[in-house]
Parts: sequence; C-alpha cells; structure tokens
Amino acid sequence: METPNLTYIKELAAGSEVFEQKIIAILKREFPEEQKEFLKNYESKEYLKTAENVHKLKHKIGMLGFEEGYQTAIDFEEELKKKIPSIYPKFIVILDTIEDFLNTL
Amino acid sequence: MNCIIIDDEETARAIIHQLCNQVDGLQVVEEFSNAIQAMKFLNQQEIDLIFLDIHMPDFTGFDFIQTLKNPPKIILTTSDKNFALEAFEYDCIVDYVVKPITLPRFLKAIQKAENFIAPPKEEPKEDTSAKSSEENDLYVNIDRRLIKIDIPSIYLIEAKGDYITVKTEGKNYTVHSTLKKIEEKLPDDLFLKVHRSYVINIKRIIDIEDNSVLIAKDVIPVSRSNRPELMKRLNLL
Repeated sequence: METPNLTYIKELAAGSEVFEQKIIAILKREFPEEQKEFLKNYESKEYLKTAENVHKLKHKIGMLGFEEGYQTAIDFEEELKKKIPSIYPKFIVILDTIEDFLNTL
Repeated sequence: MNCIIIDDEETARAIIHQLCNQVDGLQVVEEFSNAIQAMKFLNQQEIDLIFLDIHMPDFTGFDFIQTLKNPPKIILTTSDKNFALEAFEYDCIVDYVVKPITLPRFLKAIQKAENFIAPPKEEPKEDTSAKSSEENDLYVNIDRRLIKIDIPSIYLIEAKGDYITVKTEGKNYTVHSTLKKIEEKLPDDLFLKVHRSYVINIKRIIDIEDNSVLIAKDVIPVSRSNRPELMKRLNLL
C-alpha cells in the first residue's frame, strides 16, 4: 500500500516554509470538503457528479506522491463516467489514507 | 509577461502561483476560481498569458476560450490527458500541462508561451545585396515540374497542414512545404509572418483593421504577438 508524502510540495516550495505551510493549510481545508462532496454524490448514485469529484481529488492524490493511487483514480473516474463503478473500495482506501496523513500535519 | 490563473481548485491556483514566482519576469496579476469572473476582468485589463483549467463547474475552459474575441496566449492546466487534441485546435493555446505540474514541465510551457508572445530573433541572414536578379525568382516543385514564381508578385502564403498555397496576382500554387521553409527563401524587407498560418507581402497591404489585414481580396488574421512587428514596418503618419 502506498503512503502519502510531501516530496512534491517540498520541491515546489524550494525551501519556502511559508509556501509549504500555506499549501498544507489549503489541503487540510479543501480535501475534506471534496471528500464529503464525493461521498454524498456517490451514495446518491450521482455518478457523473462523482466523476467530477474524483477528477478534482485526483490532483491531490498525485501531488501527495501516489502513483498507483493516481492510476486508480483515473480508472475510477472512467468507470463513473460509464456509470459502472467497481473499484470504489480501492479508491476509498486512498482517501482514508490521505485523511489520516493530513491529520498528522 | 503578466498572467492570470483560472482554476476552481484553490490548491491548484496556489501551486501555479508558486511556480510563476520561480520565473523571472512573470507576474501573476490575479487568480480566479471561475471563468465568469475572469471574463469580466479581461474586459478591463489586457494580459499576456492565462493558465486555464479545463474542468470547471458550469463553464469549462473551452467554453471560456470561445467567449474571448482576442484571446491572449493560454496554457491549459488539467488532470485529464484526453483533451490534448481538442486543445491544439485553438491557435491561442500554446501548451497543455497535466497536473500535478512539475517545475521543469512548467518552465518548458513558459518557454513556449514566450516564443509565441515575443518570438526569438532569427540569426541575421547573409547579405543579399550582391545577389543576381535571378534571386527575385522562386522555383516550386509541382507535379515534378519546377515552376518559376516572380517573388514580388507573391502577395500571400497560406499554410494548410503539410501544404502551403502561394498566392500571386495571376495564379495560386499549392506546394508540399512549410511556411518556415518558404520564409527562408523570401526577402525579409518584403515579407512578414503575421499569423502562424500566414506570411504576407507587406507592400501589398490594402488596409489594416484591428487584428486583420486586407490583401487583394483576402482578409488575413494578425496574431497578437506579430502585430507589433507589422506596425513597426508600416510608414505610419
């Protein structure tokens, strides 16, 4: 199982502690909102809206260092667009892992 | 070079802003979380470059581009690789960058934008003053025949895929070549590229209006980046 990391954010920050803290603060605020929206739409079987939510979450999954997880998000988004989601359990594990990780920051 | 960022995701805007901060001479003027706000802004202020997300609620990046009369150069930023082909149907789009965006990839996109906004100066060509009068002629290969065209009679060259059409007073010639190749064969003082698909003979301009020129019966678009050079070449009162 992949684990999240801050490698990408630190590279972008290029030593700027201010930027690093700023982006972490935005992530901690924005991720739970997107996660909540995703769960709401998925539970109401609004699959096209859920695909949009996954699309947005995909960026955060990628920037937190998930490689397989990023591909899972791409696959899941495609499934949702076709309204035949099958890898929800795999995707939700990624979101839970990110949630736990952000809580440690 | 100034720019704006349009993205509904705050994280993405912050990252692009940070990337911009690492480029000398690139200034972020404003950030927008939706395209409608950006449209209002663009009605009041001129900018060189837009970082534009494709996936936005209500109004997509492509919808936004279609509303712009004279769009500045645009770098698309997206988490979706599937729109690349559609993206390059728009002349204003200079690059298509997939998130998460790395600094090297970002710098490459900026370089492309800079080349469009202020094209790099070409190496000076050799002195042609001593060349013979035959060099007023250009030979083109059509159906295995080399056909002579009198260069001053050319008023327009138009690129269409792998072909170019050379338009003269008497006849048009369609040749398998590129604008870049024919530009190298034409005198700089007479011909000017005004758009990625058009080279014109500036002596044959009838009139100029906003972002187009009338040459013979053809109305030719002038791209924003080429307009300053065109204006420089004119004997303005």
